[in-house]
Formats: sequence, structure tokens, C-alpha cells
Amino acid sequence: MKEFFKSKKNIFNFVMLVFFGWLLFISYTSSKRKPDNVGELLKFDWLQSWPKWLDLPLMAWINDAFKKLNETYGWIFEAINNFLLAMLVALKNFLILAPWPLVILGVVVIAYFASGRKIGTTVFVGFCTFFIGFLHPIFWQKAIETTAIMLISIFLCTIVGIPIGILMARSLRVRDKLLPVLDLMQTIPAFVYLIPGIMLFGLGAVPAIIATFIYAVPPLVRLTDLGIRLVDKEVIEAADAFGASKKQKLLGVQLPLALPNIMQGINQCTMMALSMVVIASMIGTRGLGDEVLLGLQQLNVGKAAEAGIAIVLLAIVLDRITQSYGETLQERSTPQNKKSK
Amino acid sequence: MAKIEIKNIYKIFGNKPQSVLPLVKQGATKEEILEQTGHTVGLDNVSLKIEEGETFVCMGLSGSGKSTLIRHLNRLIDPTDGEVLVEGHSVMSLNPEQLIDFRRHKMSMVFQRFGLFPHKTVLENVGYGLEMQGKVEEEKNKIAMEKIEAVGLNGFEHQYPNQLSGGMQQRVGLARALATNSDIMLMDEAFSALDPLIRSDMQKQLIDLQSQLKKTIVFITHDLDESLRLGDHIGILNAGKLVQVGSPVDIVMNPADAYVEAFVKDVNRAKVIKAKIIMRPANQSEGIDKADLIRVQEDQFIEEFLPKIVCKNSNCEVIDKQGNIKGYITNKELQSSLLKS
Repeated sequence: MKEFFKSKKNIFNFVMLVFFGWLLFISYTSSKRKPDNVGELLKFDWLQSWPKWLDLPLMAWINDAFKKLNETYGWIFEAINNFLLAMLVALKNFLILAPWPLVILGVVVIAYFASGRKIGTTVFVGFCTFFIGFLHPIFWQKAIETTAIMLISIFLCTIVGIPIGILMARSLRVRDKLLPVLDLMQTIPAFVYLIPGIMLFGLGAVPAIIATFIYAVPPLVRLTDLGIRLVDKEVIEAADAFGASKKQKLLGVQLPLALPNIMQGINQCTMMALSMVVIASMIGTRGLGDEVLLGLQQLNVGKAAEAGIAIVLLAIVLDRITQSYGETLQERSTPQNKKSK
Repeated sequence: MAKIEIKNIYKIFGNKPQSVLPLVKQGATKEEILEQTGHTVGLDNVSLKIEEGETFVCMGLSGSGKSTLIRHLNRLIDPTDGEVLVEGHSVMSLNPEQLIDFRRHKMSMVFQRFGLFPHKTVLENVGYGLEMQGKVEEEKNKIAMEKIEAVGLNGFEHQYPNQLSGGMQQRVGLARALATNSDIMLMDEAFSALDPLIRSDMQKQLIDLQSQLKKTIVFITHDLDESLRLGDHIGILNAGKLVQVGSPVDIVMNPADAYVEAFVKDVNRAKVIKAKIIMRPANQSEGIDKADLIRVQEDQFIEEFLPKIVCKNSNCEVIDKQGNIKGYITNKELQSSLLKS
């Protein structure tokens, strides 16, 4: 017996076994449908179909915990809600109050500089933007509402995702801990966190922002991590050999060389955020998504298709801008196509 | 005092190197260690001294541990056991800040695949070490330009590394290492990735630079001709063990074991051996035909006077710088020195 507890692995396994036993015990004692006395268990008829009393009360636990969380820390969520809402409203009002030709012009100018002054991309992006409003006048405002939610989600993703990606690239332990969390975020159905989102933040834009964040941040984290780890090992060694400190290495070498990958991450983040728009409309978020939803509810194929196309156009605009910015960066860091002076 | 002294370095790669160390110290072979513990022995009890101002060439086939060894000198790799002394100070005892300072001022490094920063121009690359040293922009650029001129890359300073050929890129690497003005230069297979003509060109450039600068150079290569050409002393590594250290002539004339012998078997001995090594001393000159003697300096390589001997078919007399006769070379000595053993 003493031998058995010498190995850490055995102790861990033993603890897990005890924990499992405890779970079984709890599920039995807390079940309302358990047999009247324990003796009935010996009849073994419960082996036929899954017995009602073999039921882990996870639902009750989560509900209780959630309730407690809401009661004690409600003010934190309230504050987050107010902060995000204020940002969103400011951005939205600014874009809506501005005359639409001016907004299109703004998009065109951004596209022009982001793409490294490529005329083709710029004109294309300009037309796509125009067609969003051209499809249906009401789409313009809806598209702006959607864009405002997305921009804020992406902003959140960037300020949280990139530092986490850097941490992951630096430490194998952090990476091992975070990868399953990212997997969870990417696979768990969006509705599962939309509902508690509504309960914490109320209906509307803020739970949509939070949901979009959870859904869209993993690719950015992964690509930041990958981008930094993919930087040529010899280049990193060179920086080390010349006495670069950790900070100098990160800012001067790793991040600039990982930037094309990070931009790809932001691009992916944008695309995933857009696909969240329709789902978010189901919790009362206004925007292009609720037009699709309306079309579905009224069995109006044309309306749903129109709104769907508008979403695609918005996706194209955002994709072209972020993508071409990434390409411009890549060209700068591997300038073999540049003509020599 | 030796400039660099390596004392009983062991390096074992794997999960628990310390647990394997006693085995290695008991003399288990690399294969046995790998089979029994899954650890790889990188270096096995390597000790050597490198004097100030000399070029020390460390030679071995791939996997012999030569790149591992050179990385111990600036602690890009930490040894499992043993000590590295530079100018009498232990490199192992440096704390992180001291280590960074040490790398900035004491040593610079040239890499096999150049290790240039692709997002920086040639000028910025060469100035990197100076930037780490905290030199102001103006001074940094001035020194960097000097070094760019020294390696013959004037006019390319605003290009990016990818726009240059392999040989030019390695010149940038060399200039970057020279710019920090450190006493010690580590060159890890610096010319191995270049084609033969450019390699020979770069070797000549290094010899020329070294004759002015008198730095302590540790050069890693798998090419025997290169090591004979550049090295004042040569150390030969096999499977993590240092099998022989000596001057080029030592290595060629008295190989320590079968491994070294196989290495030097195909070398052009006439290129390596000097007249004074093979001559018969003047006091044992009975019976030598002294008619029509060819006069050679004692420091000349056989290669330089061999054609004359073949043409005139007569013996040589070897003189020192003052013109004193030191000895004679007949066909017999030539034969025994040039024949493969």
C-alpha cells in the first residue's frame, strides 16, 4: 500500500476515483426519484434502462452558481454593459449621422491605403459598399448597426487575443492550458453562452458583442501564437546572440515577422464575427441579421436573400480591407518582388 | 591565460538530463544512452583552450556536436555539466542582465543560414548589434557603413536581405558580427551554405580581415580544406567527443585515430605541409646530391615548390629567413610525406 502512494500518478488516479465515487453518491442522494429504500437496488432491474436516480445534478449546480454570480457580482456586468453600450452607441451614431456618401468615401480611402494603393481593390470595395444600401434603403442603417457591433467585438478580440497569443507562444505551459479552452470556445454551441449573456447583460447588442468575442477570438489567438513560433529559429538566435532583451526581441523581431499571420488572424476573426450576426439577431440584436430572420419568419425568400447578399457584401468589404492590409505587410517583410533602386 | 577555456562540458538532450549524467560520466556510449534512457548525448566531456587572436576551427560531421559546442560559448545553450570561461570569468555564473551585456559586447556570431532580419534593410541589419549596445542612430549608421564597405557591399545598404544573393547575404552577416567590435567572433558553418567559388572568396576575405583585426575566431565547419586553410588550431569532434586538437599539420601528419585518419585521407597534403616539417636536418645531409639545388623558404608549402622540383629534377635546400641552411629535401622525403598512409 505504501508503495502504491509513492508515485504522484497513482495518488492523482486515486483522488479521481474517490471524486467519481462522491459524484455517484451525490447524484443518488440528491435525486428525487431514487427508490424508497436502498434494498430495492439489489433487484438490479435498473440495469435494463438508465435509472432515473443516476443523474448528475449539474444543471441545478450551474443555475445556482449563475444566480449567485448575478446577485453578488451583478454590478460588474452592469458596468461592462454600460461601457460597451456607450462605445457602441457613440460609434453607431457617428456612422449613422454622417451622410452616406461620406461614409462610402471613408471606406474607399481606408481600402486605398490598406491595400497599398491598389486601384482595383479600392474600386471593388467602393462598389460593394454602395450596393449594400442600393439593395434596400433600410439596409444602410442596419449594415452600420452590424458594423458597429463587429468593430467593437474585433477591437475587444485584438486587445485580448494578441497578448494571449504572445503568452502562448512564449510558454509551453500556458499553451497546454489554453488550447483546450480555445477548443471549447470554438465547439460549444453559440446558444449556450448567448442565454447566460442575455441574463447578465440583458437583450440587445452587448450579449451579441460578448458572444461574437467568444466565437471569434480563438483563430486570432491561434494565429498569433503560430505566427510567433514560426519565425525562423536562426533569426531568433541571431537576436539572442547580439544581446536582445526579451522585450527587444518581441517588439523588434518576433511581432514584425509574425504580423502577416496576425493580420490573417484578424481577418479570420472578422469573418467569424460576421457569421455570428444572424445568430445574434435571435436575441434581439438589431442589424442585417434581423432582416434575414424576418424574411425567414414571413417565408419571404426575396427579403431573406436580399439581406443575405447584403451580409455577404459587408463580409467582402471587411475581408478585402483586412486581407489586403495583411498582404501589404507581407510584401514589406519579404520584398523580393520590389524593384531595386 | 587562454581567451576561452572550456572545461569538461557535458550536454545531454532530453527530459531529465541530470539523471543521465552519471551514466555518461561512467563512459556509456551515445548509442547505449539513447537505447536505455531515450536521451541524446550532445557533448561528452569536451575540454579545450582557445588563445587570444587565433582562429580555432572546430570540425566534425553533422551530428558530431560542433554547433552545440559553439552555442555554449555565448550560452545560447546551457551545458548539463561543466564550465565555460571567457577571459577567466565563468559564463555560467552570469545573471540574465549580465548575460545580455556579455553578448552585446564580448561576442558576436555569424550563422549558417545567415540569420538576417528579413524586415530590416542591410544597414539596419549591420547596425543591429550596435542598436543593442545602445549607440545613437548617427554613430550606429556611421560604423555600420564602415563595415558594409569593409565587406564590399557599398550601394546595397538600403536593400533588403532577400534582394541579395547568398554570398552577399553572408557578407551582411559578417559585417553585422564585425560591427559590434567584440573580441570574439563565433562562426557557425558560416560558409557552408555558399557555393564553392564564393566560399573560397569569402575565406580569403576572412583571412584578410583577420590579419588586420586579430580577433579570436571560433569557426565551425564540416569541410576539412576550409579548416586547414583558416585554422591556427583545429579540434575534431566525433559523436560529441573531442578526438584530436592540434595544428593543421599535426592533424594531417599524425591523425589520432581511425576516424581522423579517414577524414584526412583525401586531403591534398602538399597544401598543408611546410618545407621545414619534412626536411632532413642539415647535420644529416650525407649522401645528398648537392648539385643544382633549389632554394626554398622553410615556411613555404610543398605545393609552392613542387613544380620546380618536378621540372628540374633536383633536390632542395631549405633556408630560414636569415638565409641559413636548415636542411634538405630529396625525393625520398617528398614521397614519404605525400603518400597516403
